[in-house]
Amino acid sequence: MTDVTMTVNGKAVTRSVPDTMLLSDFLREELRLTGTHIGCDTSQCGACVVHLDGKAVKSCTALAVACDGARVTTIEGLATGGVLHPMQKAFNDNHGLQCGFCTTGMIMTGVDMVNRYRAAGRTLDEAAIRHELEGNICRCTGYHNIVKAISQAAAEMAAPQAAE
Amino acid sequence: MRATVSIRGGAHTPEPHESAVGHVTGSAPYTDDIPEPVGTLHACLGLSEIAHGRIVSMDLDAVRAAPGVVAVLTAADIPGANDISPTGLGDDPVFPTDTVAYHGQPLFAVVAETRDQARRAAALARIACDPLPAILGVEAALDAGAPDVTPPLTLARGDAEAALQAAPHRLQGRMRIGGQDHMYLEGQIAFAIPGEDGTLTVHCSTQHPAEAQQMVAQVLGLPFNAVTVQVRRMGGGFGGKETQMNLFAAVAALAATRLDRPVKLRPDRDQDMIATGKRHDFVADYDVGFDAEGRIQAVDARLAARCGFSADLSGPVTDRALFHADNGYFYPHVRLASRPLKTNTVSNTAFRGFGGPQGAVVAERIVEEIAFALGEDPLTIRQRNFYGPGRDVTPYHQRVEDNILPRLVAELEASSDYRARRAAILDFNAQGGVARRGIALTPVKFGISFTATWYNQAGALVHIYKDGSVGLNHGGTEMGQGLFTKVAQVVASALQVDLARIRVTATATDKVPNTSATAASSGADLNGMAALDACRKLKARLVAFASDRWDVAADAVAFAPNEVRVGDAAIPFDAFVKEAYMARVALSATGFYKTPKIHWDRANGQGRPFYYFAYGAAVSEVEIDTLAGEYQVTRTDILHDVGRSLNPAIDLGQVEGGFVQGMGWLTTEELWWDADGRLRTHAPSTYKIPLASDRPRRFNVALADWSENREMTIRRSKAVGEPPIILAISVVEALSMAVASVADYRVCPRLDTPVTPERVLMAVEGLRAAGDG
Ligand code: FES
Ligand code: FES
Repeated sequence: MTDVTMTVNGKAVTRSVPDTMLLSDFLREELRLTGTHIGCDTSQCGACVVHLDGKAVKSCTALAVACDGARVTTIEGLATGGVLHPMQKAFNDNHGLQCGFCTTGMIMTGVDMVNRYRAAGRTLDEAAIRHELEGNICRCTGYHNIVKAISQAAAEMAAPQAAE
Repeated sequence: MRATVSIRGGAHTPEPHESAVGHVTGSAPYTDDIPEPVGTLHACLGLSEIAHGRIVSMDLDAVRAAPGVVAVLTAADIPGANDISPTGLGDDPVFPTDTVAYHGQPLFAVVAETRDQARRAAALARIACDPLPAILGVEAALDAGAPDVTPPLTLARGDAEAALQAAPHRLQGRMRIGGQDHMYLEGQIAFAIPGEDGTLTVHCSTQHPAEAQQMVAQVLGLPFNAVTVQVRRMGGGFGGKETQMNLFAAVAALAATRLDRPVKLRPDRDQDMIATGKRHDFVADYDVGFDAEGRIQAVDARLAARCGFSADLSGPVTDRALFHADNGYFYPHVRLASRPLKTNTVSNTAFRGFGGPQGAVVAERIVEEIAFALGEDPLTIRQRNFYGPGRDVTPYHQRVEDNILPRLVAELEASSDYRARRAAILDFNAQGGVARRGIALTPVKFGISFTATWYNQAGALVHIYKDGSVGLNHGGTEMGQGLFTKVAQVVASALQVDLARIRVTATATDKVPNTSATAASSGADLNGMAALDACRKLKARLVAFASDRWDVAADAVAFAPNEVRVGDAAIPFDAFVKEAYMARVALSATGFYKTPKIHWDRANGQGRPFYYFAYGAAVSEVEIDTLAGEYQVTRTDILHDVGRSLNPAIDLGQVEGGFVQGMGWLTTEELWWDADGRLRTHAPSTYKIPLASDRPRRFNVALADWSENREMTIRRSKAVGEPPIILAISVVEALSMAVASVADYRVCPRLDTPVTPERVLMAVEGLRAAGDG
């Protein structure tokens, strides 16, 4: 058992956990942040994506102890003051979900890709979105509305007031 | 004041999914998210490592001694029946006792303090078996004379043999059609919690809570009323949780009752894929006779399926394959036979379409063969063979009454500019480049109803609380398809209240009993009608109350948006309900529905198994690289019939998602068992479902807005879950055209599915070699 301290969704948390515990299990079981879903356990589906120090990672790929001192944002930390993040709103508005199991990972990946493209001054067009979604699978929607949702959110997030 | 507005979120409006906000915020819980009570244990299954053999010994001492292990359970621990066969055939043990029937079959369960401990312990088992010869695939089973797992079906009309001999043209062929893993993103899971007096509650990701309840009760030797199975939502089902969750529910329940502690069983993705059944793969042999115009005179076909070691749902699945082996085409003389073959593989099961898509693929192959033989545009041959007045009897003797497919196809043909694009593609291919293109338009006709007639019933429960809020419960399950949203919209319209007033609660066997699986695309048809029945009862009581209370005629009472009109007065719905409560009106009602008109005589292959048909059509265009076999779907246009849509946004999502899932089945998703019967594609790393980048470059999807169900279905809508899978055949046929171009379309490439890039390349090279020779 090792003590780990992280800032999760803005709150400092410390837990004593086994060295083999995955970040996904840490979030779900220790902190009961169950919006991070487990679809494959093996870094292939993207259902478990969270932001680690501002970058999207598959939380089933990271060990909790390796994230000591890190800043983690999960889907539960995205909306501010009860107002949906533009990416969340876009998935709702564009029917970008069916069973919802992939949705939280898709949204976390979507936010990350918009941020990265904006930081690099690149345009996130439809082809780029599809390419960027390589690590997130959805069995229900056929991706049509997911791509639409990310495009809409990208446009909204480009507006200066929607920063972060 | 008269309200002129209508309610918000009524039927036929494009409301977001009822859990959409929960899903985008991560606050909509699945079974694995339910808080675990203190003392919860975790189970893991131990799987067989051979495909077929007699069990000599099972040494589980090391498993028992492993850290954290609380118990090891085998067949000997089962107090009731060691059988979870959904059709009561007794061929589906929880754990086998003497013979291993497939590689990956669960043999025992280990229960430990943590999931990790259980998984590590399971690996320590030492199972000794005397191997027996294993039959793995369809062709091997046919060659070896393997038995059927369940009685086969024959559909016949006219004299196929005589008509084949008399036909001006005749050809035969064989097609291999691959299976498909469900790859629901939320895997199988069951969480059993013991209750008082020998009862228990099982939270389970299931499309069929009543069956999970029955199986748990049967395995534990309990009456059904001692077991409650509950599910609020699934992270996808697609048929994979219609029977396949029974094992997980039964094992979790067995462990929980033995140990008197909550037990969760969530296999990892690999175990899930190895130990649960899939879409059946088929080998179809067809013999078709036709005239110089390409009109079919007779079809004789045999559809043989790999069913696995037990029947599961293979009987109705292979039946449905035959029911759809005509797709949209009239066969004047026909004989169709199924072979549900027993193999030493996992027991195949329901998968969206339930055999229907496999049947439709065969029909489309037959038409394509005719087109190549006559050098015609396959669409022309399709149109010449459609059902129509006077040519409207199916191989199962049900008449096609509405005949809207020709209109739907003609509209899509025009809106997609099919003929001009095909001409342009023929020109493009004539330049002889490395890249070749293809285009195809294929139709869908899908029969709606369970062929097990008694399954076509549903129950619902509607409460109006005295504050005017509404509670809705029914036997259907939510797996992402939007069923809860649609049924709530039906209730909103019936009671004339805003959708926001209605809360749908988890499907549970102690609320609505004896329900059917949410399957066969029937969820909204059945449960919508049952909920409407409950609303009608409540409204009748409320009308009687109002006419009595305010002394007006019954027809002077009307449900208007969020209010009730009584004579000239308009009373807000909540105030009205409060009054009704004070007057002691019963504000809770059950509803029931059974589909009318249907009947089926399987022994004679005759009847009306389907209440109605749903239709659709798709045009897909592809480009292949003839040197690499790689390809891209450049454009797909779809026109689909959902009758009068209950929710156009949800229905479009079903069509889009169904098409892409069908495309995965027919192009990239390849299940591969090695010579020892071990599934080698048991994770998304090796089993490739479509990615965002695989979607057609241009994707135009529309609903046929003029369509209305001729039958009295719920608000004249049609079922939408399964039919869109069949739209994806257009991709296969477009690929076929592109491949055929290398030999100037003289030969039908006879592509087997999935049409992987490898198969495209092999077909191109095969045609070129034949052309050189
Ligand atoms: S659960 Fe982490 S990628 Fe699938
Ligand atoms: S919505 Fe079900 S997996 Fe994406």
